[in-house]
Amino acid sequence: MNILVCIKQVPDTTEIKIDPVKHTLIREGVPSIVNPFDACALELAVRLKEKEGGKVTVISMGPAQAKNALKECLSVGADQAFLVTDRAFGGSDTLATSYILSKAIKAVEAKTNESIDVIFCGKQAIDGDTAQVGPEIAEHMDLPHVTLATGVEMAEGKLRVQRDTDEGHDVVEVSLPALVTVTKTPFDPRYPSIKSKMAANRAVIAEITNSDPDMKTEPEYLGLNGSPTKVKKTFTPDQSKNGVILKEETGTEAAVKLAAMLSDAKII
Amino acid sequence: MSEFTSKNIWVFIETDEGKAKSVGLELLNPGRMLADKSGEKLVAVVLGKDNEEAVSQVQQFGPDEIISVEGAEYEKYSFDAYTYAMTSLVEKYSPSAILIGATNNGRDFGPRLSCRLKTGLTADCTSLDYDEESKNVAWTRPAFGGNLMAVIMCPNTRPQIGTVRPGVFKKIPVNGGSKAAVIKEAIAVPADKIRTRLIESIREAAAGVLNLEDAEIIVSGGRGMGGPENFKILEELAKVLKGAVGASRAAVDAGWIGHAHQVGQTGKTVGPKLYIACGISGAIQHLAGMSGSDCIVAINKDPEAPIFKAADYGIVGNLFEVVPALTEEIKKLKA
Repeated sequence: MNILVCIKQVPDTTEIKIDPVKHTLIREGVPSIVNPFDACALELAVRLKEKEGGKVTVISMGPAQAKNALKECLSVGADQAFLVTDRAFGGSDTLATSYILSKAIKAVEAKTNESIDVIFCGKQAIDGDTAQVGPEIAEHMDLPHVTLATGVEMAEGKLRVQRDTDEGHDVVEVSLPALVTVTKTPFDPRYPSIKSKMAANRAVIAEITNSDPDMKTEPEYLGLNGSPTKVKKTFTPDQSKNGVILKEETGTEAAVKLAAMLSDAKII
Repeated sequence: MSEFTSKNIWVFIETDEGKAKSVGLELLNPGRMLADKSGEKLVAVVLGKDNEEAVSQVQQFGPDEIISVEGAEYEKYSFDAYTYAMTSLVEKYSPSAILIGATNNGRDFGPRLSCRLKTGLTADCTSLDYDEESKNVAWTRPAFGGNLMAVIMCPNTRPQIGTVRPGVFKKIPVNGGSKAAVIKEAIAVPADKIRTRLIESIREAAAGVLNLEDAEIIVSGGRGMGGPENFKILEELAKVLKGAVGASRAAVDAGWIGHAHQVGQTGKTVGPKLYIACGISGAIQHLAGMSGSDCIVAINKDPEAPIFKAADYGIVGNLFEVVPALTEEIKKLKA
């Protein structure tokens, strides 16, 4: 199977602090990581490859430093990696980003002279949290998609995807080629070995730029021009409520008092 | 920018076994605000197999019109059937905005639809407004794991589309219900246009687990629960309150409880009447998923835990003493 995984390098949002005076994000010193859902997607892809045979290609759109994230992927089972990078791609919203990635996937197919059977993405990146790029890539490429996968297997030439629903889970069958977005899997992504890590560090990551002959994009769909959504302003949320804090002698006393307050307020 | 001929605010009503999902009814509330401010109509769009019950539910919340599309292909969600139907409707009626509930299916459907229509989509909004000057919907949404809020507009294309979090807006019934005209649209999706096939659908609710998004009371546990066996005391409290059990990411990652119970930025977003957080420190990612609750109770032994800032009522204490005592006391009150 020829599998491709789209990954994004993101700031570790669990490490982000807010400047209490300026109300802006403090980004200095925040480590860059492979988006955790993308790491789950890669693990699922590598497990599928190990079962079915084939190859896993990873691509990422971003600046040169995103090559570090791609190298991490090479150390945990990906076979080859491409960085999709160009100033013309800057400022893209999800529609433009998914357009660029769909063209980059076509470029990878042209370069390797092989067609992709399955594209995996994380369900969402933890910085933007939109969960849009995966299904939008599928739409640009006119492929079927399944979101929120926790497991996949081949059955009679089709892919069976276990998918989280609001009520439980579904099993959805889809013909290939297809795109699958992956949520938290029941297993953790594997760790690299020292040997695989060293090999990945030495790897040279190929770049796909907008002037690449295999990259057949239209300029009006790129970057800010190709982005229908515009960010008008940003602000930090205020979470403080000044609620009633009970500090009774014992937990039981506090519980009795709380029950009375909730009952008086007709909450219970 | 340009003047648009498109008009009307649409709210997509997702159905489940013939009933309208709660979030669609909730969205008729901000939908009404947007329609009034823009001087346009509020239209509910219902997709399902048999919409009679869902349409009568929708009538209670006062849309100006209802578009109903019925067919066996809409009984269970598939991105192909839903995108096909909604694209046909958009081409026929050209709405100015579409509000979609940010359920798992809504967030699957939204990007597919907006990409096909080559328009903008704002995901998982927590607040909506109408910008009088530019005549755009102002969509507010969290990013960076809830650390930052962004206001987003879609000035140059129509329809403007957004998915909106369940539980953020209240359902507001209109007195006596409405008698909105129901327009039945027949849209048949050719079978070969549906490229996914549902093999099986497992409902955890069948095993007695209440759907978190629909629960009016949620009792949640975090790292402070210490282990899977201790969730029993939360289940007991949830039982006397007729509520559901939720969890923080820490508890889910530790394997103490299933992912279906996770509340937060990467789990469910909930807005119950009462949310009781037990042994949850209150990371911003968790707050992002539950801060829309009407009343938040925090029980935690650490007085410095950020959850207390978000709480209406807090108890600094040992949850293993407080929670069972609370269960007993509520039993007495309800007796």
